[in-house]
Amino acid sequence: MQQGGDIGATRPVLDVRRLKTVFNLGSAEVHAVNDVSFHVRRGELLGVVGESGSGKSVTMMSLVGLLASPPAEVRGGEVLLDGIDILKLTPRALSDIRGARIGFVFQDPMTSLNPVLTVGDQLAEPLIRHKGMDRRRAAARAVELLEMVGIPDARARMSGYPHQFSGGMRQRVMIAIALACEPDLLIADEPTTALDVTIQAQIIDLMQDLRQKLGMAVIWITHDLGVVAEIADRVMVMYGGQVVEEAPVRDLFAAPRHPYTRALLRTVPALDGARLHRLNTIEGQPPILFEAPGACSFRHRCDHADAQCACVNPDCCKVAAARDATDDPKSGHFVACHHVPALPGAEARAVAVDA
Amino acid sequence: MLDHAIPEDLVTVEGLTMHFPIHAGVFRRRVGAVRAVDGVSFSIARGETLGLVGESGCGKSTVGRALLRLCEPTAGRVVIDGEDVTTLDAARLRAKRPAMQMVFQDPQASLNPRMTLKQIIAEPLNVHTGWDTDRKLARVRELMEAVGLDRRFVNRFPHEFSGGQRQRVGIARALALNPKFVVCDEPIAALDVSIQAQIVNLLEDLQERSGLTYLFISHDLSMVRHIADRVAVMYLGRIAELSPREALFARPLHPYAEALLSAVPRADPSRAAGRRRIVLKGDVPSAARMPPGCNFSTRCPRAFDRCRTEIPRLAEVEPGRQVACHLFDPTKPAAG
Ligand SMILES: Nc1ncnc2c1ncn2[C@@H]1O[C@H](COP(=O)(O)OP(=O)(O)OP(=O)(O)O)[C@@H](O)[C@H]1O
Ligand SMILES: Nc1ncnc2c1ncn2[C@@H]1O[C@H](COP(=O)(O)OP(=O)(O)OP(=O)(O)O)[C@@H](O)[C@H]1O
Ligand SMILES: [Mg+2]
Ligand SMILES: [Mg+2]
Repeated sequence: MQQGGDIGATRPVLDVRRLKTVFNLGSAEVHAVNDVSFHVRRGELLGVVGESGSGKSVTMMSLVGLLASPPAEVRGGEVLLDGIDILKLTPRALSDIRGARIGFVFQDPMTSLNPVLTVGDQLAEPLIRHKGMDRRRAAARAVELLEMVGIPDARARMSGYPHQFSGGMRQRVMIAIALACEPDLLIADEPTTALDVTIQAQIIDLMQDLRQKLGMAVIWITHDLGVVAEIADRVMVMYGGQVVEEAPVRDLFAAPRHPYTRALLRTVPALDGARLHRLNTIEGQPPILFEAPGACSFRHRCDHADAQCACVNPDCCKVAAARDATDDPKSGHFVACHHVPALPGAEARAVAVDA
Repeated sequence: MLDHAIPEDLVTVEGLTMHFPIHAGVFRRRVGAVRAVDGVSFSIARGETLGLVGESGCGKSTVGRALLRLCEPTAGRVVIDGEDVTTLDAARLRAKRPAMQMVFQDPQASLNPRMTLKQIIAEPLNVHTGWDTDRKLARVRELMEAVGLDRRFVNRFPHEFSGGQRQRVGIARALALNPKFVVCDEPIAALDVSIQAQIVNLLEDLQERSGLTYLFISHDLSMVRHIADRVAVMYLGRIAELSPREALFARPLHPYAEALLSAVPRADPSRAAGRRRIVLKGDVPSAARMPPGCNFSTRCPRAFDRCRTEIPRLAEVEPGRQVACHLFDPTKPAAG
């Protein structure tokens, strides 16, 4: 069934199957990523949301070999980039793919930019290495890239060091580096947290443009549900190191199924309407991932939890076809919950804007 | 609730200016200056939250750092609780530190990678209290609980945390000494909405209980609308508008504030299509080369001749609302 009509345009650029990552801390293990499967097609934008600490960053970093090992161990799974399992590549080959074919924007710009190199040098480096440009051409292209992400006075800024840039400017430098080689896949981990909404809109437009022009696929991790609603084709929701729900964006917002997703959508504060005295939160603590999940990890915070939830970890199953139904077996509304039939479906109003 | 009679100001900022020199060439000669903050004045009442929003790179973090004298401002006065912090000597500044704290924008960079979570949060307690180990540990645990970090994390190092977990370590550390004034620089940017709500509720509880005062820097306008009493909108080193929350969100006056508020994405794909976003066109000037008149004039859809020659002053245009824009100049009627 996985293979289905796996040909031509529908074939995913990236297909991740049952990825498992553990941090081995000697005395204890942290099971950060547990059997995570997802895919993204050419030109598609997959939004990834989920609780803080739910394994979003670790998932993405493990699939391109960016975690220090030890302590990180990828204990299983396949990561197919155009059909080739990149987990089996040598570190050297993987590092060529990163930068050239996969661009990565880190959640924490200050630690991933080199503090002692100028921004211009850091932008030119991948162009020289992967695109074979000479210094002059690389420098000219670097200025263009900085302009593309809206850094004013880009030429003068090339000789600046990261600490001389504002938080949002550093984030945009990271984006420019990730886009430098026009990758097939961009993985962006909270790429716009330090950007105001107008510059964020500009970055989003740039990304949409590259998706159309180059067919670039994008994985966009964010806590901003407004951004997800606006730009994603599909959304994947993570909780406790697992994918708990995945659906086309409209389906997810119109009829969220997983109790965690529903709780998450209820917590969004409104920009208009009455101001709440206290903001909504999801009661209870997130799971601490000292062992692989043997039960539903949301059960302690869930109104529907029963005996079954405490002993069987639910699989992420298809509960409905995508509304704009295609015959692609990979598309649809997937949920990992034992109580999906009991949960209200289409009538659920998720949107907090009118609250 | 807030006492509206005579709000006594905890923080008063006058003409705050911060210019960073630009060096170039082999000899790193000084060739100009980045005017990161250019004559900013405002005040914050005791127990009030002032929101600070604006374009990326407009100088918000620099204002925050200069307020707590984490950098030396080029000019201006910053009075906090009756003392001008820009002139305090090292010893007096140190004595004042516990009362004024900062939550940094870049959590990873502000946490010492070689210290465990316990050591990081306890550091201000070591420096400024004479408490014994047990009392300090109890306080660390209390703080961790308040920001939603599992107590079993105490011996972990910063790199072992997710982005949002690290951000909460920074918040716990800033609150350790029960400060009076906290500059929160994007304190919730890396958190999911539920934990954002938990942190914001915590900040509000502390404010209600012990009258904390906040400068809350954020790009998240719906959160600013929730937490701030008044909001300052900055553009390129200057304040464009400073208004009470409700008034600003209902009817922004400054054209930049209007454009900013129109661009917020909503968590509703069915509405995303029908929105009217004001897209700013024109050159984005840089803080190194400011235009001669209003710094927004190169992109302002409503700019007229005067805007390109004369810098508008921040002035009260309606009760409680200050705007720096010639369109609202009460003395001379605007052309067009
Ligand atoms: N080096 C490490 N050693 C031990 N545990 C780790 C390490 N790195 C991450 N973790 C743990 O793995 C879990 C997943 O972390 P991850 O960074 O993927 O979360 P996230 O979903 O990206 O969260 P956020 O939204 O806060 O960035 C967290 O509980 C974190 O504490
Ligand atoms: N140490 C420094 N040296 C030179 N320029 C600096 C330095 N620190 C900041 N700047 C410049 O000052 C301006 C304002 O920076 P600041 O960090 O205050 O912006 P910000 O409003 O916080 O932006 P963001 O929302 O992106 O965090 C920027 O142009 C920045 O490049
Ligand atoms: Mg993360
Ligand atoms: Mg900043």
